[in-house]
Amino acid sequence: MMNVAVEMKGLRKAFGDHVVLDGIDLSVPSGAIFALLGPNGAGKTTLIHILSTLVAPDAGTARVAGYDIITDKEGVKRSISLTGQFAAVDEVLTAEENLRMMGRLSGLTAVDARTRATELLESFDLAAAARQRVRTYSGGMRRRLDLALSLVVSRPILFLDEPTTGLDTQSRRALWNTIRQLAAKGVTVFLTTQYLEEADQLADAIAVIAGGRVVAQGTADQLKSRIGGEVVELRDENDEIIREIPTGGGIRDVKMTIDELVRTAPEGSRVNIRRPSLDDVFVALTTKEVEGSAI
Amino acid sequence: MTSIIKPAKTASFGTTNAVFIARSIRHSVRNTEALVMAIALPIMLMLLFTYVFGGAIDHGGHYVNYVVPGIILLCAGFGSSSTAVDVAGDMTNGIIDRFRTMPIRSMNVIVGHVIASLVRNLVATAIVIGVALLVGFRTSAGIMEWLGAVGVITLFILAFTWLYAAIGLVAGSPSAASGYGFALLFLPYLSSAFVPTHTMPAWLRGVADNQPITPVIETIRRLLTGTPIQDAAWWAVGWCMLILLASCVWASLMFDRKAGRR
Repeated sequence: MMNVAVEMKGLRKAFGDHVVLDGIDLSVPSGAIFALLGPNGAGKTTLIHILSTLVAPDAGTARVAGYDIITDKEGVKRSISLTGQFAAVDEVLTAEENLRMMGRLSGLTAVDARTRATELLESFDLAAAARQRVRTYSGGMRRRLDLALSLVVSRPILFLDEPTTGLDTQSRRALWNTIRQLAAKGVTVFLTTQYLEEADQLADAIAVIAGGRVVAQGTADQLKSRIGGEVVELRDENDEIIREIPTGGGIRDVKMTIDELVRTAPEGSRVNIRRPSLDDVFVALTTKEVEGSAI
Repeated sequence: MTSIIKPAKTASFGTTNAVFIARSIRHSVRNTEALVMAIALPIMLMLLFTYVFGGAIDHGGHYVNYVVPGIILLCAGFGSSSTAVDVAGDMTNGIIDRFRTMPIRSMNVIVGHVIASLVRNLVATAIVIGVALLVGFRTSAGIMEWLGAVGVITLFILAFTWLYAAIGLVAGSPSAASGYGFALLFLPYLSSAFVPTHTMPAWLRGVADNQPITPVIETIRRLLTGTPIQDAAWWAVGWCMLILLASCVWASLMFDRKAGRR
């Protein structure tokens, strides 16, 4: 029914003198996994707070599932689920009680809430600890419960603020799978992350923000192509990377870079030539932004 | 893994309240230290004031009849103060953001804490009265007087619990909430709770006679001892309603203002 799940124009927000968002324009298509990528303090969480009606912007407009975030908060709230940066779980209650509570608050009957809780405990691998108080849970278990709580009922748009921060590799991969399955069912996933790998692996579209502005957007491949050609890695005798030098990608470029290294690199070092990663893009874009704003 | 579950409707006002009240009562029951304290404190205070201080204050041995309302309010004040800590705890946890972004009245989470506090404190009040009867409290109150006394106590607990809830919303952390709330716990001592105000120095008497606790104490005492209430009841109800109303408004303003800030 709607092709655009989330749309924002000119969003600005400052806390006192500190400008956090400085005019954000973005559009997220329905059913996409959208990654908002940025370093700490880039304004990712503030943007999620604005889109989920927790904080009002100073200027600009946004629509979530077609509802205006200022004038139709209730419409927005009926269309979203939020998993914040810090696990939003009730530590005094058990996992099962948490899920049943959320079910009841989401409009399920007591019976449905109980059934749904059992299903989610099973699928998030929490069944064994279902009757333990959440206070005793590990970080990974908490995070899984947190996400399960966001999925008690199906809302068309899911906001995930740094969902895999603090998770081990295995839990991270499991969470990625869950997110992909949700997207396959038509849920629009709007996530923030500091990890390029995460954006690269998951997202259909990526926006990089730094200093409160969108500094780049597109698919992972489009962003990588922006940095140009091959990267020359200089490694020491222990195979540790000493430098990473972006090149234009042409034979001449690469050769000149290596010629330079022949003269300057320490004895025993080696080179490796590879395609640019999103990390390179990220470093290039965010350092440019920092340099630009320092002037 | 995830079937698509569509709720038929959003949760009703009644359901939301019931869920949050059940949650807060669970919290109260599982907070063992606070629960033990809430039961032990009334018993200890009742025994302390009757057997340790009572003889010195009233040689006739009827001090227990005088002091019961004071101890009820002291315990209620103490019991309500933990609401500040509970509310501040919720506000510093991510769960409040989850509630706020759901299509419910998220302010009801505070209502849950208030009702749980009311239940806790009415239980504590029952314990005070039970112990008082064991140590010699005698009353001429009939059913109407008892109902009146319980009504005033309920109103007092509600008013102060809302006040503590507002304090919990203002405080930056549970321990700060506990600190701010502590100051209020001295109010009963500066009233007619434990000694008649005419025994106090004139300046202190001015404070004691004109603060909200004194008319509440006097109303309960006169109801339970069968003396005419006079206008104390109006003052008691007036004060409690004023505190209740102001605290509710203050709490709901703070609740909205704190959105998205932790």
